[in-house]
Amino acid sequence: MLYREAGQFKTTYRADQAVFPIRQDFIGIIAILAVLFVVVPLTFNDFWLKSIMIPTLIFALAAIGLNLLTGYAGQLSLGTGGFMGVGAYACYKLATIFPDVNILIHIFLSGFFAAGVGFIFGLPSLRIKGFYLAVATLASQFFLEWAFGRIAWLYNYNDSGAIEVPTRTLFGVPITSATAAPVTQYLIVLAIVVLLTWVASNLVRGRFGRAWMAVRDMDIAAELIGIRLLPTKLMAFAISSYYAGVAGALMVFMWLGAAEVESFDINVSFQLLFMVIIGGLGSLLGCFLGAAFIWNLPIFLRAVPEMFGTHVNAATVEHIQFMIVGGLIVFFLIVEPNGLARMWAVAKEKLRRWPFPY
Amino acid sequence: MSAAEQLAPASRELLLNIENVSLSFGGVKAIRDVSFDVRKGEIRAIIGPNGAGKTSMLNVINGFYHPQEGTITYRGESRRDMRPHIAATQGIARTFQNVALFRGMTTLDNIMTGRTLKMKTGLFWHLFRWGPAETEELEHREQVERIIDFLEIQAIRKTPVGRLPYGLQKRVELGRALAMEPELLLLDEPMAGMNLEEKEDMSRFILDVSSQFGTTIALIEHDMGVVMDLSDRVVVLDYGQKIADGTPDEVKSNQDVIDAYLGVAH
Ligand SMILES: Nc1ncnc2c1ncn2[C@@H]1O[C@H](COP(=O)(O)OP(=O)(O)O)[C@@H](O)[C@H]1O
Ligand SMILES: [Mg+2]
Repeated sequence: MLYREAGQFKTTYRADQAVFPIRQDFIGIIAILAVLFVVVPLTFNDFWLKSIMIPTLIFALAAIGLNLLTGYAGQLSLGTGGFMGVGAYACYKLATIFPDVNILIHIFLSGFFAAGVGFIFGLPSLRIKGFYLAVATLASQFFLEWAFGRIAWLYNYNDSGAIEVPTRTLFGVPITSATAAPVTQYLIVLAIVVLLTWVASNLVRGRFGRAWMAVRDMDIAAELIGIRLLPTKLMAFAISSYYAGVAGALMVFMWLGAAEVESFDINVSFQLLFMVIIGGLGSLLGCFLGAAFIWNLPIFLRAVPEMFGTHVNAATVEHIQFMIVGGLIVFFLIVEPNGLARMWAVAKEKLRRWPFPY
Repeated sequence: MSAAEQLAPASRELLLNIENVSLSFGGVKAIRDVSFDVRKGEIRAIIGPNGAGKTSMLNVINGFYHPQEGTITYRGESRRDMRPHIAATQGIARTFQNVALFRGMTTLDNIMTGRTLKMKTGLFWHLFRWGPAETEELEHREQVERIIDFLEIQAIRKTPVGRLPYGLQKRVELGRALAMEPELLLLDEPMAGMNLEEKEDMSRFILDVSSQFGTTIALIEHDMGVVMDLSDRVVVLDYGQKIADGTPDEVKSNQDVIDAYLGVAH
């Protein structure tokens, strides 16, 4: 019985409602944070930080945004990529219009632009649900892609049509563009993602989160209890898009250094949806598991044959990746809709009883 | 016993008055010109064969269906039709014939949602679960724990309701309705599909809700024994029409009611 809650009695409701009511979970999260904040920066090289850690964290953040909307509030969206783009372009405009304001402030502000756009595109959710809502969000994706490509003001009339990140500093240390050290960028991304994950977990445990889940599970009953559907859904759209927007801004400013329309196209939306499905609908932990899995699968598929001295070409890697992801999506949708996060919970359940089979 | 309880039910203060309500769906007349009242503190049963329009009547009362004709007077305020949100804010709660719980949420969270209208703290505090947000959550948690104790469902507090057996789901749904601290509680077949023991438990809870909280209850039930034991007054519907209204004894001996229940051709 390595993992158990027996004997840990809660004497107050406050203790019972804490983020990690079980002591092992609390110790576990402290250990993970210590590894992420201390061990990783000391041991990982730039390549690992840039190609594994930073993108995984950024996609996990965007996946949290999508999961709040789809997994918690039950509103299917195929527009997350577009909302990330709104954050990215907003941050770019803010950074060039107000160059003296700290870039971190711009990153947090840019989320509000995405939230506003998400709010507007969430309006149809009053009337339409499920598949039809997904189509409406798809329309928002295409509209936003069109806007990023055609409205030259958004990319400051660059000939390339791309946005290029200017160098900005924090306490004199460069944190954006190629002059910034990956480890600095990693630590900033990590701090922001940890902060916003904590906020999301506060939200879903409180009355707003419960209202979202109620609307998701049975909107009629929710309404009869006094939950107003439209404000509840719109808030989910706005907050979800805020997360996507901040993730988009981080993606450009803390990772890629430049971006164009394709960086926020429909494929990104689908990839995020896959992360949420495989990680687990309605689970914050699942967002990290899903993002880590989907983002790193192709890297892993390329690296493994090389360890054995063979080389597999890129096209083959892509095919294998499609087959694995496709298979897993079908598996999770049919067998375990709550994804990897649920499998982890089941594993914990087993550990609790270990070594007894029942 | 309070003074109100000693009065004969029919002379208590009026809480809800349904007058000449008719409701149809396309060609189907679900309710035809039905009038009856519900008085404060009583347990009012609505009975009748399947398809008589009982569920439709509850849906009219809490604003889910909008009748084509008639007036609904609740707490002295008259309306052609109720709206779900007004019903909720004015203290009308209900349970459903086919349990309408939030299946992915735990028992505790389901009952907590019943407190929605009583929770006011803004988004800002909830982002950090701090100050008023934390205080409010804990206050309401205490209220909800009282309901959990009352319904004897402590053991399933953290279980997602989708995994509970049907009988317990019905109990959780009652808990969610009670969490609204309703003035009028509508119960749609609260004992359908239960075994004898579960029915006895549920009957006890309904009587306790009535006597301890003074909640007015309108309930639909098929089991005549239960109806006779629980209710102060009974209204009988058949084919959307009211065929009888009175105390359980009066209704039991009414010839139209006997015919309706024995399936005599109309
Ligand atoms: N939403 C609806 N649409 C169409 N017909 C309905 C609807 N709700 C109820 N009805 C019809 O109204 C009649 C009364 O149904 P209901 O109120 O559910 O009866 P009861 O609860 O007494 O069994 C039935 O003929 C039913 O088919
Ligand atoms: Mg019915």
